[in-house]
Amino acid sequence: MRSLLGLLRKEVQHIRRDPRTLAVVLMLPVVQVVLFGFAIRTDVDHVRLAIVDPAPDETTLAMRSRFTSAGVFEVKAVLQRLEDLEPLFQSGDIQEGVVFERDFAAKLRDGDAQMLIVTDGTEPNTASLLQAYAQSVVFAYQRESAGVGRSSPGGLAITAQVRTRFNPTRESSNLFVPGLMAFVLTIISSLMTAISLTREKETGTLEALLVSPLRPWSIIVGKVFPYLVIGFISAIAVIVEARLIFHVPMRGSLLLLLADALLFILASLSLGILVSARTSSQRVAMMGAALATMLPNILLSGFIFPVESMPLALRLLSNLIPGRWFVEIARGIMLKGVGLEYVWPQSVVLVVMSLVLLTAAARSFNARLE
Amino acid sequence: MRRILFLAQAEILHVVRDRATLAQALVVPIVQMLVLANAATFEIRNTPTWIVDLDRTATSRGLVNRIAASGHFEIIGTTASLEVADESMLAGDATLVLTIPHDFEASLVRTRHADVQLTLNAEKGSAAGIVQSYASSILASYAAEIGESAGLLREAGPTAAGLVSRISPGVQIVQHTRYNPTRNYKHYMVPGILVALVTLIGTLLTSQNIAREKELGTLEQLNVTPITRGQFIAGKLLPYWGIAMVELAIGLTVGVLVFGVPVRGSIVLLFGVAAVYLLVALGIGLFISTLVSTQQQAMFVTFFIVNIYLLMSGLFTPIDSMAPWVQTVSQVNPVRHFVTISRAILMKGAGVQEIGRPFAMLGVFAVVVLTVAVRQYRKRTA
Repeated sequence: MRSLLGLLRKEVQHIRRDPRTLAVVLMLPVVQVVLFGFAIRTDVDHVRLAIVDPAPDETTLAMRSRFTSAGVFEVKAVLQRLEDLEPLFQSGDIQEGVVFERDFAAKLRDGDAQMLIVTDGTEPNTASLLQAYAQSVVFAYQRESAGVGRSSPGGLAITAQVRTRFNPTRESSNLFVPGLMAFVLTIISSLMTAISLTREKETGTLEALLVSPLRPWSIIVGKVFPYLVIGFISAIAVIVEARLIFHVPMRGSLLLLLADALLFILASLSLGILVSARTSSQRVAMMGAALATMLPNILLSGFIFPVESMPLALRLLSNLIPGRWFVEIARGIMLKGVGLEYVWPQSVVLVVMSLVLLTAAARSFNARLE
Repeated sequence: MRRILFLAQAEILHVVRDRATLAQALVVPIVQMLVLANAATFEIRNTPTWIVDLDRTATSRGLVNRIAASGHFEIIGTTASLEVADESMLAGDATLVLTIPHDFEASLVRTRHADVQLTLNAEKGSAAGIVQSYASSILASYAAEIGESAGLLREAGPTAAGLVSRISPGVQIVQHTRYNPTRNYKHYMVPGILVALVTLIGTLLTSQNIAREKELGTLEQLNVTPITRGQFIAGKLLPYWGIAMVELAIGLTVGVLVFGVPVRGSIVLLFGVAAVYLLVALGIGLFISTLVSTQQQAMFVTFFIVNIYLLMSGLFTPIDSMAPWVQTVSQVNPVRHFVTISRAILMKGAGVQEIGRPFAMLGVFAVVVLTVAVRQYRKRTA
C-alpha cells in the first residue's frame, strides 16, 4: 500500500511538472464540446434552390413565390434551360432544382402538367428531406388553388397525430451534445493513459518500476488513478457546458450521471492502459489509441448514426465500444429523466469492461516481467 | 537534392523497420474503412416498433400488417397496454409506438376519417423525422387501398410506384435524385472515411516525428549537418506523403471494388488534388512537431486538430446544417475542401472548373503551411 502511494505521488508530480500538457488535457474537452455542439447538427434549412422556368406564366410565378416565401428555401438562381442545372449541382452551389415545363398554366388547366424536382442525392438523408419540403410546397399550392369541393383521392383518410417524446422541438443540440460528451471524454481518457507506460519503456525507467516491490496490479492502478481525477473534472466541466451553453435538459439525477461518467472514464482509461501495456513505442501506442478510439467512437457509438440502422454484425460490434453505452446513459438521464432502474444494464457493462481491460493490461504486463 | 533523399531514405527505413507502425499505417485503415463504412448510415431500416392496437378489427390488423411488411419497421411487440409500450420507450428499446384507438374502424366507416397516434422517441435522433414520414406514407397508401377495395375510390390514374405521385388531379411531380439514385450511403461515406483515415494517420506520423527526435536527442545530430531548413522539412515530408498517396490509392481501389463507389470524374484530377491536399495535412503535422517538445504534447495537439478536421468538415453531418459561424470557420479546414472535392469528382463527375474554388484554397493553404513550418523549425536547441 505504501509503495502504491509512492507511485501515485510520482505520477502526480509527472503531471504537475508539465502544466502545459495538463492545461491542454483540461481545455480540450471543454473547447471541443462548444465547437462541435454548434457543428454537429442535422437540421435542414436554408436549402439552396434553383428554379428552371423556360416560359414564366401566372401559375409558375405564383408557385415560385411560394418557394421563396416557404422559409426553408433560398432561391439561388432562376434559369431558362435544364442543362444549366448540372454545373450548379456539381459545384455544390445548389442542392435542389425545381423544373417547370413550357405552357405550365395551360397544361395545368388540361390536367396534365408536369414538374420535375431534382435533388442532389449524394447525401441520401438530406435528399429525402429536400424532396419532402418541395413536395409539400407544391401540395399546399394545389390544395389552395383547387379550393373547396374537391375531395382527396380515395375518399378515406387516416391521420397521424404525432407526439415526439423526450425532445419535442427536435433540437439538434439536445440530441448531439450528450453524445458529444461521451465522444470527447472517451478520447481524452484513452489518450491520457495510452502512452503512460510506453513512455517509461522508451526512456528506460520502467525497469526501475519492475524491480521495485510493486505488483503489476499496483502499477496499473497507480497509472490510472490520477487520470481518473482529471477525467472526472473534465466530465463535470462538460456537463456544466451542456446545461449553460446548449440548455440541454437535465431531467434525471445529476448524481447518477456523474457516477456513470466516472465509470465511463474508468473504462476509457482502462482501454488506454491496455494499449500502453501491449505496445513498445509511443508512436505505436498513439496510433493504436487513435485508431481504436476516433472513428469507432464517431461511427459505432450511436452518437451521430443510429445503432439500429447498422447491419447486425456492426450492432454486435458496437457493444464493445464503451462510448455506445455512455451515449445511451447520458441521453437517458438528461433527456428522458430515467433512473438507475433503466440504466443499470449499461452501467454494469461499463464496470465489466473496465475490469476486463484492466485485468488484460495487468496480465500482459505480467508477461513482460518474466 | 541528395540530402533530401538521404533524409527521406532514413525516414522510410524507420517506418519499414517497425512492423507495427507499417501495419497501423497501411493495413488497419483499410480494414477500418471496410468495417466502418457499413455503420455510417442514417438509412432507417428495422425501426423497433411497439403496436398498441386497441381496436382489434380486421382494418386495424390490416394496418399492422402493412407496417410490418414495409421493411422499415420491426414490430418488437404488440400490447393492449399503453404503460408497457411507454416503459419500452423509456428503456430505449422502442423508437416508435403506434397506437390505434378503439373506434378506429368504426370511425373510418362512419366519418371516412380516423386518427392513429404515432409516438416517436426523439432520443433516436434525426431518425425520428424520417420514421414519421415513412409511417405517414404507409398510412396514406393504406387509406387509399382500403378505400379502393371498398369501392369508394373513383377513377384514380395509374400511379407508377414511388417515383410519380399523383397528389391531386393536375400536377404530376417527377422526382429525380441526382448522383446517387439508389440512395446508397456507402457511396457517400466511403470516400469520406478514406480521407479521414489518411488524414489521421498522416498527421499523427508527421506530428510525432520531429518531437520524437527531440526526445531521443537525435535532432541535434541533424542540426549540425549542413542540411538547410527547407531540405529538412522536405526530407521529412516526402516519405509520409508517399505513404499517404499509396494508402489513398489502395483505399480507393478497395472502395470501388467492394462498395461499388462510382468514379464519374477524372481519377488523375482526384490524385492531383490529393497531392496538394496531403502537402497541407502533413505540413500541418510537421508544423505541430516543430512547436511541441514531447511526443505526448504532439499527440494531444494532433488529436485536437484532427477532431476538429473531421467533425467540422461535413464528413459526417452536412456543412449546411452547421451554425452559420461554424460554416465560415470551416472554410479554413483543409479536410472540408478535400472532402467536397473528392465527392464532387467521384459522385458528380465534376471537372476542374467546378472544383476550382476549393482547389485554389488548398493550393494557398499548402504554400502558407509549408512556409510557416520551414520558418518555425530552428536549427538550434532550446
